[in-house]
Amino acid sequence: MDWHIDGSEALYLQLAADLRHAIICGALAAGSRIPSVRELASDARVNPNTMQRALSELEREGLVITHGTSGKFVTDESGALDGARQRELLSLALDFKSRAEALGFTVGEAAEYVLRHAAAERTEQI
Amino acid sequence: MNAYNESASIPILTANMLTKSYGSAPVLNCVNLTLPAGRIIGLLGPNGSGKTTLIKLAAGLLTPTSGEILVCGRAPDEVTRGLVSYLPERTYLSPSMRVSETLDYFADFYADFDRVRAVDMMSRLGIDDSVRLRTLSKGTKEKLQLILVMSRNARLYLLDEPIGGVDPAAREYILSTIISNYASDSTVLISTHLISDIEAVLDEFLFLRNGGIVMQSTVDDARERYGMSVDALFREVYRC
Repeated sequence: MDWHIDGSEALYLQLAADLRHAIICGALAAGSRIPSVRELASDARVNPNTMQRALSELEREGLVITHGTSGKFVTDESGALDGARQRELLSLALDFKSRAEALGFTVGEAAEYVLRHAAAERTEQI
Repeated sequence: MNAYNESASIPILTANMLTKSYGSAPVLNCVNLTLPAGRIIGLLGPNGSGKTTLIKLAAGLLTPTSGEILVCGRAPDEVTRGLVSYLPERTYLSPSMRVSETLDYFADFYADFDRVRAVDMMSRLGIDDSVRLRTLSKGTKEKLQLILVMSRNARLYLLDEPIGGVDPAAREYILSTIISNYASDSTVLISTHLISDIEAVLDEFLFLRNGGIVMQSTVDDARERYGMSVDALFREVYRC
C-alpha cells in the first residue's frame, strides 16, 4: 500500500486518510480481510499503536468491522462506502472552492472552466 | 486502551532521582522516568546530552552515582541482564568471526535467543553464514547485529543509534525489523538524533538536554499540541 506520512498533522490521522482512500478506491476491497496491525505497521514503518488508532478511527466511521477473533474486515455495506465517498467528495469540493477563491475566481467560474476543459479533452480523444 | 499495552502493570524501566557523574560534572542529573511495557520510545537529544549514559545504566554497564534505575522493578544485576537486549553504538563482535559463530555466541550467552528466527531473517537478506564479518558491508553488519539483538525474547531492547551511518534503504529495513520483532509485553528504547526517519515508529519520545529530561510526550500528542513534527519541535527546543 502507498503511505503518505509527513508534515505536522497527527500520524494516526494521516494513516487513517491513506486507509480510507484505499478502501474507497477498492485497493482494499469491500468485504476483504485487512492485514494484521503489525503487518500494516511494518509495511508503513509506523508504530503499531498508531496504526491501531488509525484503524479504530475507521471502525468508528463504519468502514472497518471486527469479526470476533478472526480479524478486521472492510465493510461490505454499500451505504457506509457511499457515505465515505460522499464525505471525500465534499472535502475535495470545499478545498476546490477555497483554492479557486484564493486565485480570485468564484467557485461557479472555476467549475465552468473544469467542465469546458473536460469537454475539450473528450473532443480531442475522439 | 489497546492490545499493545495490556501487561503494563510493572514498568519496564524506572529511574528515580538518577544521577551519574564522571568526575565532578553530572552527565545525568536527577532523572525521573517510567517506561511502561509495549512501547517503542525514542531517546532524543544532541551529542553529549546523556543518551548513551542512560542506556548503559539500564544495561547494567554503569552504576549510578546516586538515585536508582530499575529494570522490571529490579536494580540491574545478572537477572535484569537476561531481560535486556542491548545494541551498543559500536560493535563488540570481532571482524574475524564468521556469521555462524555470532549465532553460536548469542545462543551460548542468552537463553532467550531464538536462533531459528535469526537464521530466517538472515537468509531472507541473503547473508551467507560462512563468511567472516570483515567481508560484510557496513550496512549489512548493522543489519546483522540488529537481527541478533532483536531475535532475543527480551523485555527491554536498548538500541543505541541503530540507524546511524547506514543508507536509507538499510534504515527502512532496520525500522521494519524493529516493528515486526518486539513482543507486545516488551519495550524498545531507541537513541538517535535522526528524528525525521524515526518519529513515525515511536509511541513516545524523551528529549534529553544537559543530563535532564526536558520533554516526554507521545508523538501524536506533540503533533496535535504544537502543530509540528517532532523533528521540527526538536529543532525548536535545541536551537543554538
